[in-house]
Amino acid sequence: MAKLPKPSELAKISLTPPAKPWMDVVTDIRQGMYCHGAKAKNLAALELPNARDFKVAEEDWQLPEDWKETVLNGIKERLEKFRTFHVFMDICVRCGACADKCHFFLGSGDPKNMPVIRAELLRSVYRKYFTTAGKVFGKTAGARELDIQTLKEIWYYYFQCTECRRCSLFCPYGIDQAEITIIGRELLNLLGLNIDWICGPAANCYRKGNHLGLEPHTIKSSVEFFLSDLEDITGITIEPTFNRKGAEILFVTPSGDLFADPGTYTAMGYLMLFHELGLDYTWSTYASEGGNFGFFTSMDMAKRLNYKIYAEAKRLGVKWILGGECGHMWRVLHQYMDTFNGPADFLEVPKSPITGTVFDSAKGTKMVHIVEFTADLMKNNKLNLDPTRNDHLKVTYHDSCNTSRGMGFLEEPRYVIKSVCNHFYDMPEDTIREKTFCCGSGSGLNASENMELRMRGGFPRANAVRHVHEKHGVNLLTNICAIDRASLPPLMDYWVPGVKVAGTHELVGNALVMKGEKERTVDLRNEPLPGKAGAEGGEADV
Amino acid sequence: MGMYVAFLAVAGLIVLAFLGVQAAGLHFLFGALIPYIAFFLFVIGFAYRVFLWGTSAVPFRIPTTAGQMQSFPWVKSNKFDNPSNGFGVVIRMALEVLLFRSLFRNTKSEIHDGRLIHGSDKWLWLFGLMFHYSFLIIFIRHFRLFLENVPGFILIIESLDGFFQAGVPFVYLTDLMLVAAATFLFARRVLLPQIRYISMAADYFPLFLILGIAISGILMRYFIRVDITGAKQVIIGLVSFQPAPSAEVGVIFYIHLFLVSTLLAYFPFSKLMHFGGVFLSPTRNLANNSRMVRHVNPWNPDVHVHTYAEYEDEFRDKMKKVGIPVEKE
Repeated sequence: MAKLPKPSELAKISLTPPAKPWMDVVTDIRQGMYCHGAKAKNLAALELPNARDFKVAEEDWQLPEDWKETVLNGIKERLEKFRTFHVFMDICVRCGACADKCHFFLGSGDPKNMPVIRAELLRSVYRKYFTTAGKVFGKTAGARELDIQTLKEIWYYYFQCTECRRCSLFCPYGIDQAEITIIGRELLNLLGLNIDWICGPAANCYRKGNHLGLEPHTIKSSVEFFLSDLEDITGITIEPTFNRKGAEILFVTPSGDLFADPGTYTAMGYLMLFHELGLDYTWSTYASEGGNFGFFTSMDMAKRLNYKIYAEAKRLGVKWILGGECGHMWRVLHQYMDTFNGPADFLEVPKSPITGTVFDSAKGTKMVHIVEFTADLMKNNKLNLDPTRNDHLKVTYHDSCNTSRGMGFLEEPRYVIKSVCNHFYDMPEDTIREKTFCCGSGSGLNASENMELRMRGGFPRANAVRHVHEKHGVNLLTNICAIDRASLPPLMDYWVPGVKVAGTHELVGNALVMKGEKERTVDLRNEPLPGKAGAEGGEADV
Repeated sequence: MGMYVAFLAVAGLIVLAFLGVQAAGLHFLFGALIPYIAFFLFVIGFAYRVFLWGTSAVPFRIPTTAGQMQSFPWVKSNKFDNPSNGFGVVIRMALEVLLFRSLFRNTKSEIHDGRLIHGSDKWLWLFGLMFHYSFLIIFIRHFRLFLENVPGFILIIESLDGFFQAGVPFVYLTDLMLVAAATFLFARRVLLPQIRYISMAADYFPLFLILGIAISGILMRYFIRVDITGAKQVIIGLVSFQPAPSAEVGVIFYIHLFLVSTLLAYFPFSKLMHFGGVFLSPTRNLANNSRMVRHVNPWNPDVHVHTYAEYEDEFRDKMKKVGIPVEKE
């Protein structure tokens, strides 16, 4: 694996592009900036074409004989299937408004990471084979042949885009590089050119129900592990159910919450909340993944993985579905699920059994975001909260790209966080809400072999965190995304040491005063609560 | 490189029109045939391009949301940057098309001492707006040449546009603004390294062409005076399909007309189609209501899925062992 340079080295970034035109520069596929190619078994498990062990570093990518024709036919087909793609290929005026909006460009200075050039990588091919000007004037008209160099270049840069849509926000025509990347990756997948960090989890999810490949008994034992921790912390015994027919609500969350810190603390928060409410809900081991790495492969693959959520809701006979904290999961649930696998006419319009609030904004999909659900509880004073238990935390909030620019979910998370902690500081205006910067690891790029790419891509986010860290002493970066919970801790350790990362419901779990609980001396991380540790002495050392 | 190609192309067009009219006397070619062909190409090309886009499917409802969505009554939603219904979309589109809403949002990010600094940057918005509106007003003003009797609203526009009287004929503000804005748009492509890097011949060509049109028009009006009555007669002849290009009208008029014809003919094959495309952009013209209203994909494919039955068959024993309910014992 390539060695990761020091932060001081990595921060030497020049945003001034070189004089040489981009089309004349052959792309160097550099270690540390890309993920390993997909393995044969994972491609095969998903019935994807050209299943072989794809080795990026090798000269020969073992492409099928007619690869060029496959790509060109793929482009033609998608011009008809996606108006976005067709319009976005034609109307860019290269005004440059998007150029300095991409976190990968700002963190690397690589001019081919400017969204406009990332699009031009594919647009130049489109011009050559699908437009009169490109056919007649060639390079002068910005057209180029689709050869192996071009294909590799597209691969390299389309897996250096996290589909965050920040460029699309600023584009005067709404050209969305995320959409172009999605379609570009579909084209690459026609040749078996996926990365294993996407293909592996998608293959797991297809067969076992979740990205991590947790089998049913493991899911149950993971949750039971949290329950025993929770019993130590609160003195309360919680007994959730799995695959239970007749429950009112099916709960689906990203499997990352069950697997690694700090996502596990978020899962503990969910469990505490549901227990306290006496919610009639069930987990599912079959639909045990809210996220969707199929979405980073192709629309069809996204649909194949997403299928399980409605199928399981129908099988169990629940009334509606509640979804955990996750970014791209919610883009899929919000903008795609009903179209993919709806209509959900076998479900009822979600209604909170506690407050009676009817979630009209989800009356079609019948799926509610847990932060909406919790915000409604708080607004109606249904929770007994002690925010002072989070007094040792100075909190800021990272808006996930997908929930911000693919949904508009901005106020509810802030409302929930401010209800459970006393010290909240937003990052600078140009770096939050709809203008939020990506964690740098979204869209399936949170592997370890591309750590340099991740640290570069996360630089703008980290830079904004550093600002509030220095100004207000912020020491906790909250979020509502499982990929954030996995990818932000190393990003903070690298750029802003001293800032930890937590899901929103971890803070809710800390602040939630439960009926019959013992006096809390530690938080969900088993760390002493301020002002409580001295009194209870020994217990804090658990 | 692209800049020089574009400059030479426009210069070549001017020379071509000059020689064609002045030396070869091809008044009918430049004063009737080419404008007709160009107009035909424009109308057919524009319509065809929009038709092609229109026949492409819109499988998913994917607006880029630029503000708080509609949720609880107690959460203030941003109705125009994140519309939840058709009315909101109409406003969003109007703001986008008429006021360049997204460009107004523009920021600039720079690195100083290893730190990223972000700030507002509205220059492109300002000059972009100036460019397009000047062009529009000049276009409308030209209707005085297409119509025997000049309608009142054109007179009003003219008097507003010529508000600052400066000699006779009075100077139109929009003439100056168009040249200034086009010069700005050109200058940023040359001076800003990032913009220079992304610019191609197809970006410089329309700028030079429009500058050529504007400058030839200004020359005609203020400096190399042409027989305006004669010019109007030529134009009315064109629009009434009785073309009678006259050699009496100066060559500068034919150069102007030829550049306009080139712009029209070039339009449908170029990035200038953003004029049509902006209306069809699915990230802007759809409401963010996909959890409320089902959006239908016309080609929604049947896909191979992994059913619960297959899942249970694989894991039944493990499920039973830990007490997870199963369908088949």
